[in-house]
Amino acid sequence: MVDKNLELFDCGHRACGGCGAALAARLVLKGAGANTIVVSATGCMEVFSTPYPETAWKVPWIHSLFENASAVASGVVASLKKQGRTEKVVVMGGDGATFDIGMLCISGAFERGHDLTYICYDNEAYMNTGIQRSGATPYDASTTTSPAGSCSFGNKRPKKDMPQILAAHGAPYVATASVAYPTDLMQKVEKAINTPGPCYVQVHAPCCTGWGFEGEQTIAIAKLAIETGLWVNYEMVDGKVVKVKKVVRKPVEEYLKTQKRFRHLFKPKRQDAEIAAIQAIADKNAEKYGIDIKLKKE
Amino acid sequence: MALAVGCRARPGKTRDNKTGSWRVFKPVFDHEKCSQCGTCKTICPEGCISESADEVFTPDYTYCKGCGLCAQECPGEAIEMKQEEK
Amino acid sequence: MPELIEGSLAVAEAVRLCRPQVIAAYPITPQTHIVEALAEMVANCKLDADYITVESEFSALSACLGASAAGSRTYSATTSQGLALMFEVCFNVAGMRMPIVMTIANRALGAPLSIWNDQQDSISLRDSGWLQFYAEDNQEATDLHYIAYRVCEDPSVLLPAFVCFDGFILSHTYEPVEQLTQPDVDTYLPKFAPKERLDAADPISFGMFASPDYYHEFRYAHDKALKDSKAIIEKAGKEFAKLFGRDYSAMVEGYHLKDAETVLVAMGSICGTTKDAIDEMRADGKKVGLLKIRVFRPFPTEDLAKALSSAKRVAVLDKNISLGSKGAATLEVKDALYGSGIPVYGYILGLGGRDVRKKDIKEIVVLAEKGQGDQFYGLRKEVL
Repeated sequence: MVDKNLELFDCGHRACGGCGAALAARLVLKGAGANTIVVSATGCMEVFSTPYPETAWKVPWIHSLFENASAVASGVVASLKKQGRTEKVVVMGGDGATFDIGMLCISGAFERGHDLTYICYDNEAYMNTGIQRSGATPYDASTTTSPAGSCSFGNKRPKKDMPQILAAHGAPYVATASVAYPTDLMQKVEKAINTPGPCYVQVHAPCCTGWGFEGEQTIAIAKLAIETGLWVNYEMVDGKVVKVKKVVRKPVEEYLKTQKRFRHLFKPKRQDAEIAAIQAIADKNAEKYGIDIKLKKE
Repeated sequence: MALAVGCRARPGKTRDNKTGSWRVFKPVFDHEKCSQCGTCKTICPEGCISESADEVFTPDYTYCKGCGLCAQECPGEAIEMKQEEK
Repeated sequence: MPELIEGSLAVAEAVRLCRPQVIAAYPITPQTHIVEALAEMVANCKLDADYITVESEFSALSACLGASAAGSRTYSATTSQGLALMFEVCFNVAGMRMPIVMTIANRALGAPLSIWNDQQDSISLRDSGWLQFYAEDNQEATDLHYIAYRVCEDPSVLLPAFVCFDGFILSHTYEPVEQLTQPDVDTYLPKFAPKERLDAADPISFGMFASPDYYHEFRYAHDKALKDSKAIIEKAGKEFAKLFGRDYSAMVEGYHLKDAETVLVAMGSICGTTKDAIDEMRADGKKVGLLKIRVFRPFPTEDLAKALSSAKRVAVLDKNISLGSKGAATLEVKDALYGSGIPVYGYILGLGGRDVRKKDIKEIVVLAEKGQGDQFYGLRKEVL
C-alpha cells in the first residue's frame, strides 16, 4: 500500500494558482508512491517544476524532449529490468506531448508492451507555449491557433480518442480520471502501476489561464465537464469498458458558459446550432458509455 | 554552488521560491466550522496544507498562492478568502 | 590471430564484448548487418542485453538516453537519414551528459536519396557536442568502440561518442580483424557505474531547463569537457596499446610526414587509398605525406597545426561539403594553419559513394602543386 500522506511534489513550484496540472502531479505521485521514476515530456508541468537549480520532484525524474518521453521511458524500463530493480516507471505528458507530437513514441512503446504507466494530464491545448490547439482540444474551443472569429467558431474537430487508441494497442488497463475526483484518480494510478504492461490514465486537468476562468473554479469546472457528459470517467480492462461514472446529466451550456474559450458561443450572439452540436457530442458520449442515471418517474 | 554536470539537481531548492508572495487573497481557516474531512489538504495544488496531530488543518502561508480552491471546495464553508493587507 | 570478417560483424562482436545492457537500434542501410548480428546474439543468449526494437531512430536514441540515465551501458547504430532523424536527440543526449556510444556507418544524406558512402551525416552533427572518431579500416573501427566507451564513461568526460566507419566501403568489406577476448575487454573496460543515475534511493532531476542566467555556463562546461577529453583519449589509447599492442592514443597520425612538401589531410577509409597512392608517389620521388585525422571532435587544432608546420602546402580531402561554403575538414585546417602562411586547398570528393582511386589522389596532389584548390574534384562534366 502506498503512503498517501507523502508529499512528493514540493512547494515553491511555479504553476499558476489553482493549476489543474499541478494538482494532477501531486495526486499522481501520491497514487504512485516514492519507488517511482518519472519521465516527463516538455510542457507546463515540466517547466513549472524544474527551473535549474530548483526541482519540485522528490522522486527520480528525467526530462528529455517534447515528443520522446515514451521512448525514453522504454529505455528506463529496459535498464531497470536488466538491473533487477523494482522502481515503477511513470510517464507524464500533457495532451500535446501525448496526442500529437509524441504519437510515434507512445504507439511504439505500447505496441512493444513495456511495463510502464503513462499519465496524460489533459488541459486540452498546448498551454505552455501559449494556448494553442491540440488533438485534444474540444469542438468549438477557442485557442490561439483555432481562434473564434467572424468566420470561425474555433476548433473544428472533436477530441481524438486516445484511450481507445491505446486500448487498441493491447494496453491491459486504460482509464480516464479527473482532478475533480482525487481519490478516484489516485486509485486508478495505483491500479495502473500495479498492472503489468503499458497502462494509460488520462486526467482531465482544467487550465484557468488557458480556458479563461478563476483558479478557484478548477474543480467545480472539472465536475461540470463530467456532469454534462463532455468528459466521461471510465475504466477499460483488456479493451473492454468495465466501470463508468454515472451522472444526472446537466445541459452542456452550464459547462460552456463558465469558460472564456467558449464565450463566442454566447456573445455577441447565442449560437444555438453550435451549442446543439456540442450537446450532440455529450449525448453520444452518454449513449456510448451509459453514463445517464435513469431517474424513475412516479 | 558548483554548476551541476548536465543540468541536474536534487530536490529542495524550490523551497527558496516563496510563492506566498504571489497572493492577493488569503485563505482564512475557521477551525470551529472544520469537520476534518481533509478535502482542502487533498486538493491544494501546492500541497501546502498540513494536518496537525489533533486534526487541525493549516496552510503554509510561505507558499500559499491564494488560489481559493480550498475555500471553494470546503464542504463546511469553513474557509474564507480575505484580501490581504500588504 | 586475425580473422577475415565483414566489418559490420567485427563491430557487432566488439559491441557484444563491451557488455551493453540495453540496445535500441533501428535498421538502416548500410548498418543493418550490425543490428541484425546483435539481435541474433541476444536470441542465442550470447549477449545478455535488452534489445528494444524501436519504431524509429528518433526513438532508438531516446530509449538509449533513458537506459543510460537509469545506469545501463547502452548502444545504438545508425547512418544518414536515421542520424538526421536523431538530430534533436543528439543535442539532448550530449547536453545531458550521457555516455552513449553509437556506430555511424557513414552514408550520404538525401536529397537526392543515396545509400552510398560519404561523411556528410556525422559531419553535419559536429556542433552537437559528441566526440567523433573516424576509422581507417575495420581493425580500427572495431578497436575504437572499446576506446570510445572507456573515454565516454570517464567521470571527467561523461559525453557520448560517434564511432564512424565508411558505409559499404568498410561495413560490408571483409578484412582481417584481430578480436579481443571477453577477459581482455573486462580488464580494459570496467563495469559502468555512474555516480548519478535515476534511483529512488537518491532522487535527482535530470534534464531541467536553464534560464539565461545559467545556459551560457552549461555550454561552456560542455565545451570544456569535450576539449579536455583529449587527455582521456590519450590515456585510454596508451592503456589499450600497452595491453593489446595497437596504439590509438593520437588524435592525428602522420604517414611519410617528416619531409613531405605536400601533405594530404583525410579521415576514414580514404586514408588507406591515400597511403597506397603516397607509396607510389614516393617511389616516383615526390615528397608527399598524409596526416590522418582520427578524432574530429574535439578537433585537434594544436596537434594538427604542429604536424603540418613544415609542409609547403596542404591538400584536404573532404567527403562532405558545408553547402554554400567548403568542406568541414578544410575549414578546420584553414583555421588551424591561420597565420602560418601555408596554403590550404580543399577538395570535395567521394560524395554519394563516388569511388576514390589512387590516381585521383595523385591528380589532387598535382592540383595542389599548381595552387588550384577549393573545388569539387572529378566532376562528370558530361552529365552536368
